[in-house]
Amino acid sequence: MAEFFDNYGALLAQGTIDTLVMTIASCIFAYVIGLPLGIWFAVTAPGGLKPNTAVNTVLGWIINIGRSIPFIILLVAIIPFTRLVVGTSLGVPGAVVPLTVAAAPFVARIVEQSLAEVDKDLIEAAHSFGSSNAQIVVKVLLKESLPSLVRGAAITFVNLFGYSAMAGTVGAGGLGDIAIRYGYQRFQGDVMLAAVILCVVLVQVFQSLGDWLARSIDKR
Amino acid sequence: MIELKDVGKVYNASDGDHRALDHINLTIADGDMFGIIGESGAGKSTLVRHLNLLERPTEGRVIIDGVDITDFQGKELRELRASIGMIFQNFSLFQQRTVLQNVMFPLEIRREPKAQNAERAHELLRLVNLDDKAKRYPSELSGGQKQRVASARALANNPRYMLCDEATSALDSRTTMQVLDLLADINANLGVTMVLITHSLAVARRVCNRIAVIDSGHIVEEGTTDEVFTNPQSEVTRELLGWGSDSASDRADGGDSEGGER
Repeated sequence: MAEFFDNYGALLAQGTIDTLVMTIASCIFAYVIGLPLGIWFAVTAPGGLKPNTAVNTVLGWIINIGRSIPFIILLVAIIPFTRLVVGTSLGVPGAVVPLTVAAAPFVARIVEQSLAEVDKDLIEAAHSFGSSNAQIVVKVLLKESLPSLVRGAAITFVNLFGYSAMAGTVGAGGLGDIAIRYGYQRFQGDVMLAAVILCVVLVQVFQSLGDWLARSIDKR
Repeated sequence: MIELKDVGKVYNASDGDHRALDHINLTIADGDMFGIIGESGAGKSTLVRHLNLLERPTEGRVIIDGVDITDFQGKELRELRASIGMIFQNFSLFQQRTVLQNVMFPLEIRREPKAQNAERAHELLRLVNLDDKAKRYPSELSGGQKQRVASARALANNPRYMLCDEATSALDSRTTMQVLDLLADINANLGVTMVLITHSLAVARRVCNRIAVIDSGHIVEEGTTDEVFTNPQSEVTRELLGWGSDSASDRADGGDSEGGER
């Protein structure tokens, strides 16, 4: 056991760090893009604050196309774009760009779903007090759906965590990459197992954290 | 004074147009506690939403204090709405805000200074006797308490008018009386003109000084509460009162009174 850690401890620690950096960074960037997109999508929906069928349809297409491209294909297909943004298609930066691109439409969709759950009566009440649409978005839609948005963020995080396993393809490392290289390619089952256990533990921790946070802020 | 002049509302639906309101003429005087009674689907909730333009009429004019507001837009519209309080059947309290933050909401919307807002909100909560619940969330309150908080919130901007859309329909009879007494109090002591939408004759009779009866988008009767209750002019009112020639029990099946004589 001690020998195992001497040999692979540093490797697994670096893998954990790489995975977390990739996941957290891409999660943040995915929200920077996906949150406004999701709000725009919800606001323009039929029955939304400012219904606009044309805008809503186009946004729907973009979001669905984005969500339907398999990540491993996207990773390779957008290499020119990745190079343009971060100057390289390799390593952690080279993985964060495709992870962000893959997650942003997913974020937009779950944000839209969270906002759509807000009781229409509350929106009407806010209108009756003279709220503008912008005020309703911030003070009613986002505020009232915050627990749901947090749950969505936890799901996004876990999804990105899973996607990041494929980032080894572009040399970004991470736990998934370790599991594939050592376990699948070199038949070192023990290293693979350790990497997988780390993945399981980390996912549990972050999911529980998200659930706890959502529960503690939910006043319903 | 609120005046509705020949107000009509037609909804365009894929299966043809639906007329919700037809040639509504009403005058609500300052200080009135004005009841609008009707069966569900009669158009009363649609009607009250025309007074703060949550719904816009397709015909006619809405005039408040002599100003034609029918075409108000943008800032003008928002300021008009802010000057008219409103409470709702299901209270419509913000679930993720405390009682105090709910009452502060209309002030926050108008970007009033925050410290002053809290002071004003506490003052309103004292008025509805719930200042001890200021830090609680709506989910921790009873129905009657929720409607009292909603009433405090509706008063935040010192409105001259308050619209009550089935404000007591979700409450039991004892709580209904408490909330009605509070509304009557607001009307009498703060001089807020009230428009009360209800399907309940008992509610209207207890607090209103004037009553209009609406049926299938038409005002079929209007008068003082005494007149309407003692000498109803329309068939619909007589039926609502249980005086109808073809007995009140028939009204329970949805109240489709198209073709009924008026």
